Amino acid sequence: MKILRALCMFLLPLLLLPGAAHGQDASLGAIVAKFADAKKFDQTEALVRELGATGDPAVRPVLEALAEGNLHVRKADGTVFIVSEAGKEMKLIDPLSGETVGEASSSAMKKVRVNNGLRRLIRDVLSALTLGAKSANVRMAAVNTMFANPDPESIEALDAAIEVETDPAVKSRMEQARAAAVVLSDRPEKDRIDAVELLGSLGDRGVLSLLATVEANAEGDLKQAAANATAKIRSVLAAWDVAQNVWFGISLGSVLLLAAIGLAITFGVMGVINMAHGEMVMVGAYTTFVVQGAVRAFAPALHDWSLAFALPLAFLVAGAIGVAIERGIIRFLYGRPLETLLATWGVSLVLQQAVRTIFGPSNREVGNPSWMSGSFEIGHLAITWNRLWIVAFSLGVFALLLFIFNRTAWGLHMRAVTQNRRMASSMGIRTPWVDAFTFGLGSGIAGIAGVALSQVGNVSPNLGQGYIIDSFMVVVFGGVGNLWGTLLGAFSLGVANKFLEPYAGAVLGKIIVLVLIILFIQKRPRGLFALKGRSVEA
Amino acid sequence: MHLISKTRSLMMGASVIAGMLLAGPGIAQEETIKVGVLHSLSGTMAISETTLKDVMLMLIEEQNKKGGLLGKKLEAVVVDPASDWPLFAEKARELISVNGVDAVFGCWTSVSRKSVLPVFEELNSLLFYPVQYEGEESQRNVFYTGAAPNQQAIPAVDYLMNEEGVERWVLAGTDYVYPQTTNKILQAYLESKGVAPEDIMVNYTPFGHSDWQTIVTDIKNFGSAGKKTAVVSTINGDANVPFYKELANQGIKAEDIPVVAFSVGEEELAGIDTGPLVGHLAAWNYFQSVDSEANAKFIEAWHAFTGDEERVTNDPMEAHYIGFNMWVKAVEKAGTTDADAVIDAIIGVSVPNLSGGYSAMMPNHHITKPVLIGEIQDDGQFETVWETPGLVVGDEWSDYLPDSKDLIADWRAPLSCGNFNVATGKCGGKGIN
Repeated sequence: MKILRALCMFLLPLLLLPGAAHGQDASLGAIVAKFADAKKFDQTEALVRELGATGDPAVRPVLEALAEGNLHVRKADGTVFIVSEAGKEMKLIDPLSGETVGEASSSAMKKVRVNNGLRRLIRDVLSALTLGAKSANVRMAAVNTMFANPDPESIEALDAAIEVETDPAVKSRMEQARAAAVVLSDRPEKDRIDAVELLGSLGDRGVLSLLATVEANAEGDLKQAAANATAKIRSVLAAWDVAQNVWFGISLGSVLLLAAIGLAITFGVMGVINMAHGEMVMVGAYTTFVVQGAVRAFAPALHDWSLAFALPLAFLVAGAIGVAIERGIIRFLYGRPLETLLATWGVSLVLQQAVRTIFGPSNREVGNPSWMSGSFEIGHLAITWNRLWIVAFSLGVFALLLFIFNRTAWGLHMRAVTQNRRMASSMGIRTPWVDAFTFGLGSGIAGIAGVALSQVGNVSPNLGQGYIIDSFMVVVFGGVGNLWGTLLGAFSLGVANKFLEPYAGAVLGKIIVLVLIILFIQKRPRGLFALKGRSVEA
Repeated sequence: MHLISKTRSLMMGASVIAGMLLAGPGIAQEETIKVGVLHSLSGTMAISETTLKDVMLMLIEEQNKKGGLLGKKLEAVVVDPASDWPLFAEKARELISVNGVDAVFGCWTSVSRKSVLPVFEELNSLLFYPVQYEGEESQRNVFYTGAAPNQQAIPAVDYLMNEEGVERWVLAGTDYVYPQTTNKILQAYLESKGVAPEDIMVNYTPFGHSDWQTIVTDIKNFGSAGKKTAVVSTINGDANVPFYKELANQGIKAEDIPVVAFSVGEEELAGIDTGPLVGHLAAWNYFQSVDSEANAKFIEAWHAFTGDEERVTNDPMEAHYIGFNMWVKAVEKAGTTDADAVIDAIIGVSVPNLSGGYSAMMPNHHITKPVLIGEIQDDGQFETVWETPGLVVGDEWSDYLPDSKDLIADWRAPLSCGNFNVATGKCGGKGIN
């Protein structure tokens, strides 16, 4: 942190002045050239500090490239370049002017090595350099770093920055960073108490530990103020923890729902114990992998849309396999649950080994599109985009299924066949085809679940096994033959799991949930939403 | 629930059948030396173990090109224990008594190793075990070519403590014997270094755990206490991908909370986009990126053998490379493949490893290795950022656990004991032997 402090003191006034010292390219160039000889991390570290100390904004691209591992040395003559497109051919860019000066094969270049410590140092140096930057985002990032590492000696630099800051969000963040620094300083008690109160209103976990340190070391009014502030933060955080558990539960529930909803059709509605259900999910995930590979090869620009292409394909592939299984195996086994179970288990092994033979036993990489990466915060709740999309997607799939079942002729046929096969048949419904398509629908839905699950889990031949037990659990718990039961079952299991996990741990939490389900099934053998009426006996 | 228990037993039955179908009988032939390969080719562990089967086939083929062993050709006998622990014991018995192999290279998980131990002891054959493990074992018929805790876990923790200044520790692992024992050793070690118990958080998750939201948030909160925090991960197999994905999505960067993993290698990273993970660490005795002549040759041979330029190499593969060459050398030295003769001859045998040095078999049936700490790069490889100055001798009985600190193993005559207690001067104590 020392470097940061020194730099702030020294740089800020410089940077804030228009037309600050510039045109030191020659001396900068000399420092940059030394990266070629930096064999050890501490040598590189010294150079980074040296670059930072020049205070010249021109070093920013060099440092950023270094942090990202894009600063390379040409083996032939030891010249330092920023490179882009790390493939067989690399584009060489002059580190200071930013001009492309040529190309080289990657074997002719040697990377300047960096480690975590260096990356951290570069981040700190950059944040000091960029506190006066033009872009508000860069300033925000800089001040965030300073907030996370409060240092009393940066107060003056921050004061200067606050004065000229125009963006209100950045300004208030700067004030918070200043407060964090003031709390640790030996300024008059009143200033520090004000700062503690400002921080107390934030309710941040990082602030909590800062204030706890203050509380432990201070005396009198300051100690009291810090104690009040930590108590306030703790109560705020406790409320957020509950919200967080609910969100995690919903998110886990949506994964369970996706995995189980296809089974709710094949097992719940048709009564077929389909052990190969998990493999349909796997087939969907592998379809995503293949589609993404194809998109990468033929239309890299569309990478972000690859999931959209994969959805219909996964439905069709998994659905087709489902229809084939129903026509080829299951239709001969209706009314013989044990044989169905064995046969579909066999099918699941065959599918697993087939995928293992075609794609190899190791995990396959399915990338997240940019709109599914990262997270955003609501208050103190970090919500990751991929989870949010999966929750939305699972509800969408659920709504679609509900629509198919209740509002279409096909849905009507399905319900008719499951409720009274002979009657439906006498009414002219081709029951064998309804069976096949219902099974295909269930499998297809499992396939599109695979597309979504490839975003949170791994894509390997064992993918399906991880979900099969949970899926059956959800369907049985929710009530066989009822889509709403599956929805409620999935979400209540998810939330229960997530509330138990912080107290009991992941392993015990899972066991407790299982025991609770067993007890529940003892009490209500037909699950949450039991079907009533004639169909129950059928 | 009735359904699920029934399913379980069906699963077992089905996998036994599948295993038998896949294995096939070994073809009996005169004048060959048979080498058993006992790695799961189906089931959960296939992801890791299939590669090891391939590397054994490659090593045996190369040895045959060099003229075989003792004037005879080597013949690989491959069986599939299907990630089913009791099946490992059956398959081991089959390899030794039915196929008559002279040495077996195999097993991955500790539980599979434990399940075959009695078989190797009873039938007096040899097992080369290539995976890093929790230690606390030394058996006469087993050679441990993977890392013991002091060849992986302890140096990694030292690195974080000294180079990164870590003061708060999260020990996260999958709930089984290797993570439990390793974490017990690490906890004792950290406490001996003056880390307060409230600065250590231990967390276990089930096999194949896929929902990491709560735990990653816990780690984030644990790390926001103002002290530098690191995660020591003994999370195994399939659970790693969702774990790293969640880390990346929640924005935990290696600069803030580095994760050092003991079970994540090049092979495991193949399923993840490593862009957001740059800087997270792994501790092994070998990385594919190691710059040495032997390694370049090995990678070239591997690519030629598999016909796939994209196939990565990893640490357990190197362990088999070392183990196989040690066995070959010991057999040549003994002039016979007889188990007792080889067990005597192999101690002290030293062969080149892939990181440019030599590894030697020690009297405790563990080997000497360098320890490397690597950071994940965005191309899915590791870059070595630190290594031990010399070779580290595998320590089977940890010095940091109260009931094993007095034990040593030495299989040379006259001691010939896997758990000699130096305090009481007697052979015997805890453990297998």
